[in-house]
Amino acid sequence: MQVLLQQVRRALLTILLGGFLGATLLRFSPGWGLDERELDPHLSSESRQAARAEYESERNVLIYYAHYLKAALSLDLGISRSFNRPVTGLLRERLPETTRSLAFGVTVGLLAGLVLAIANAYAGWRLLDLAASALAGLSLSIPAGLIALGCFWLRAPVSWAIALAVFPHIYRYAGNILGKAYGTGHVFAARAGGQSEPRILAAHVLWPATPELFALAAVAVSVAFGAAVPIEVICDAPGIGQMAWKAALARDLPLLTGVTLLITVMTVTATSVADLALSFARTSERRRGRP
Amino acid sequence: MTKLQKAAAGVFLLLALLSLLGARGDSASAQNREAIAVSPSAKFPLGTDDLGRDRLARLIEGTRVSILLAPAAALLSTLLAAAIGGIAGYRGGRIDRIVVTVADLFLSLPWLLLLLAVRALLPLNTSPMASVLLTFLLLGCLGWANPGRLVRAAARTAANSDYVLHARACGVSGWRLFWRMLVPNLFPILLAQFWIAVPVYVLSEANLGLLGLGVSEPLASLGSLLRELANYDALSQNPVVFAPVAVLVILAGCLHLLVSREKALSC
Repeated sequence: MQVLLQQVRRALLTILLGGFLGATLLRFSPGWGLDERELDPHLSSESRQAARAEYESERNVLIYYAHYLKAALSLDLGISRSFNRPVTGLLRERLPETTRSLAFGVTVGLLAGLVLAIANAYAGWRLLDLAASALAGLSLSIPAGLIALGCFWLRAPVSWAIALAVFPHIYRYAGNILGKAYGTGHVFAARAGGQSEPRILAAHVLWPATPELFALAAVAVSVAFGAAVPIEVICDAPGIGQMAWKAALARDLPLLTGVTLLITVMTVTATSVADLALSFARTSERRRGRP
Repeated sequence: MTKLQKAAAGVFLLLALLSLLGARGDSASAQNREAIAVSPSAKFPLGTDDLGRDRLARLIEGTRVSILLAPAAALLSTLLAAAIGGIAGYRGGRIDRIVVTVADLFLSLPWLLLLLAVRALLPLNTSPMASVLLTFLLLGCLGWANPGRLVRAAARTAANSDYVLHARACGVSGWRLFWRMLVPNLFPILLAQFWIAVPVYVLSEANLGLLGLGVSEPLASLGSLLRELANYDALSQNPVVFAPVAVLVILAGCLHLLVSREKALSC
């Protein structure tokens, strides 16, 4: 319970800090505090003064953040300057597309990385290691944007590009975790005790490494979000990543901050769930007397 | 160092040498109006682009930008990681908690989004040279979190180690203890983090360039050269537009190989 509270507190603090970062960016963005009503000749000087006064109270960044946070809690993230629509509505519209491609891409990338890493650790075939390492190395040496271009030329869906961007990271991390697990004392003891290799893999390598392998999901989510921006832009997929790019080109900071905040919340949630699973698994391992 | 790593180091040095000694002056941005989008020839080994600029000269300039500035950005983020992570691990307490929370925040945000947000804040009239420097400066400033956490963990372990306790008992304290005892012991981690960061920054610039948010024209960078690939028709007519891809993959691949597997995995 204490671990859960600690995780929730950490996640909330990170999100609040992320919100503050976004609000600060907005507050100091070019054009903040300028209202087009001030240029309207039909308005009286009192009305223009009133329009200016609306911003005066928010000149202090902390007060501005308090107002921003209050509005954000009621799902009001402001108005997008480039789309001239509420940011929340735009996010709601674009989120399903990104979620779909991310869910598929993360699942496929994660499974491919894990399966290849497990097969490589278990069988130790040089050719398999060479082929998988070459594929992972090549994917790591190509920017996500180029992977997207490749998928675009081959008319492959966006989710495959995301899977290809996620795969090398998972393969490398999982390979490392399994390599370490194979080098532990109880594996040597099990082998000396005459246990079969499949049993050693299942009971002495995979089972103890499950929490760490599970935590890779959080890594995959983070990598996938990073890759989603160039991939969605190049493949012209109407998701969150493409919208962030459009917002950056149009210097639409309210929208960009909304996207950043949303992705922070999603990544922090994924990381917290993985961390929680990791700590629960470690606690139960300790209770069972395993080191 | 394995044979493969030696070969990678050799290729990297060759690329660095070629890019540093190659096309100089304004040959990369000079327009040849009589030779617009021409195929490879003796005068233009990789042909020219739609504006009549020599592709080879631009490729050399783009590679030079990546080879010079990505390590500079990696050095900056490593130094920031050493300072922030080292002090947090050494001092502990509230400073440590603040640093961990801020690092968590930076790790939760996809880099590219942060870069997009900060790039959007820059003035519209940023000069091409300033855009190059700012792109890599941003990369360096935003990339401290991951190495910072590792340095912090190593500094915490080192701060409780026997030799530090012995130094404390001998009366060494404060900054002297930090610089003389902790920093030299953190050096191997910092070196590994530096080499890990270099290919990441080369690829990040390429991604930003592909999105049109990297180095401004007329300066060339590997990322901005990749934008030609978006024109599918030109690809089939002129396959030399793939040259920047080859250079980028070779450069990033060599850098990945240079970071030994053990070092990369231990981090």
